[in-house]
Amino acid sequence: MSASLIASITIFALAVFLGFELIARVPTLLHTPLMSGTNAISGIVLVGALLVSSFAESALEQTLTFLAIVLATINVVGGFLVTDRMLEMFKRKPTEPPE
Amino acid sequence: MTPTLAVVSQNVVNLTYVVAAILFVVGIRLLSSPATARIGNRLSAGGMVLAVAFTILLPEVDSYALIAAGLAVGTGAGVLTARLVKMTAMPQMVAVFNGFGGGAAVIVAFYEYRRLAPDPGALSGDVLGAALFSALVGAITFTGSMLAFAKLQELLPGRPILYRAQQLVNAVLLGATLLVGVVAGIAEETVWMSLLVLLGLVLGVLFVLPIGGADMPVVIAFLNAFSGLSGVGAGFVLDNNALIIGGTLVGASGTFLTILMSRAMNRSLANVFFGAFGAVVAAPGEAVGEADSKTHREITAEDAAVMLAYASRVVIVPGYGLAVAQAQHNVRELADLLERRGVDVKYAIHPVAGRMPGHMNVLLAEANVPYPQLYDMEDVNPEFPRTDVALVIGANDVTNPAARSTADSPIYGMPILDVDRAANVVVLKRSMSPGFAGIENELYYNPKTAMLFGDAKASVENLVTAVKAA
Repeated sequence: MSASLIASITIFALAVFLGFELIARVPTLLHTPLMSGTNAISGIVLVGALLVSSFAESALEQTLTFLAIVLATINVVGGFLVTDRMLEMFKRKPTEPPE
Repeated sequence: MTPTLAVVSQNVVNLTYVVAAILFVVGIRLLSSPATARIGNRLSAGGMVLAVAFTILLPEVDSYALIAAGLAVGTGAGVLTARLVKMTAMPQMVAVFNGFGGGAAVIVAFYEYRRLAPDPGALSGDVLGAALFSALVGAITFTGSMLAFAKLQELLPGRPILYRAQQLVNAVLLGATLLVGVVAGIAEETVWMSLLVLLGLVLGVLFVLPIGGADMPVVIAFLNAFSGLSGVGAGFVLDNNALIIGGTLVGASGTFLTILMSRAMNRSLANVFFGAFGAVVAAPGEAVGEADSKTHREITAEDAAVMLAYASRVVIVPGYGLAVAQAQHNVRELADLLERRGVDVKYAIHPVAGRMPGHMNVLLAEANVPYPQLYDMEDVNPEFPRTDVALVIGANDVTNPAARSTADSPIYGMPILDVDRAANVVVLKRSMSPGFAGIENELYYNPKTAMLFGDAKASVENLVTAVKAA
């Protein structure tokens, strides 16, 4: 096993525990925004798509990496925006309807 | 040669990944309260922008035209979807986004494999394993999510789709997939990797096909965890900590919610995925025949309104039927009227009241219900004995006392809202027909329960008018 693999496994293991600690604190009230927000974070695979994009040569490879960037970007942008839209609606005090 | 933007070293970029990871963590931490949640989400988004921007500045990243086009198309589609999607359609949207994340992970893993495979030895064992894992999990996530979307959007029937020897077929296919994975690991040829991805895509479809509409909250949470895991795999392939940490946080969140949802439905995961719960609908059994001998009590909107208007504590129990009838705003109007008369109004939210975790809270928040009025099951159950009227709207199985008392009931042991402990219960329902799971609800034959029949929205409107007159 390489040193970098050990480092990766260490980070992964710590992140698992951190993740559960964090998620357990989120109230059920906010579970839908939690889901769509973390969903947007999983769009971090966009970074991976960017990294491999420059090695794309053939038309097939270029199409594939382009598709990966598009899919991951939708995941990121849509996920964060819709979460923001939802969280905006959670009000402590009653407000007048928008109309 | 295209000019490059390369102004930063790999070390600088790696440090920005650490900052991004910290922002993700702080962002999720701030989701622990509705007052700070919005800032938290924006911090996470900031972390993402940082990670993406610095990655583009790396020397080896130079296909700018491709990247710009991809980011532009993706951003446009993302903004449009986020703006236009209805809150009731949130589960479908999350499913689609999950699938897209998984799809992108498949391509990244497939591409790394394809790029390095012709050069024997270039792929070390761990990178190879991670690439195969990421591709397989991503592929299952992609088609599984698309199928979940189709079911939730009612493009396909929501009921479980079953065929003969389904579990045998799935088991054989899963075995074949794992075998192909091993071969792809040894042979290091693109054809095997392609076959693995293909089998993963088929598995994703077969895995969601037999799962019914009522189980979708579990499936969505599960696919959420899977999309995170495929990202973790891609992180191991690229030796990229941002992907590993980000993916793991999502994996943890998805896993947590999956467990929570299956507990709320009193089902094991194996039962959700292989039990085809909805199939029970086809055989309601003797429970219905038995119901004929029991009697229920009907009430008019006027009488119910008087009960509500002169109560001191009212708990509203909304179910998904309320959202289907689009009656959220009418319910809030009713609650406002009652509050103005000095009635204490609370909402009791069961964990599975909706099509995904926390869905009902979002739907009520959209209707301007202030969140301090929204109570979890654990917090509201002790309130019922002190409640004058429990108003059940479009909720059924989650109020069935059989879950507490009848050991042979299919829902026995499921945590429920103790509606029957209130002094009076008013149930808004279309008819006496049993609910989604086809199980008779004893609550309706309780002497203190009164049934107000009709469409949920129309009934609530009638209540509003009648309360005004009371």
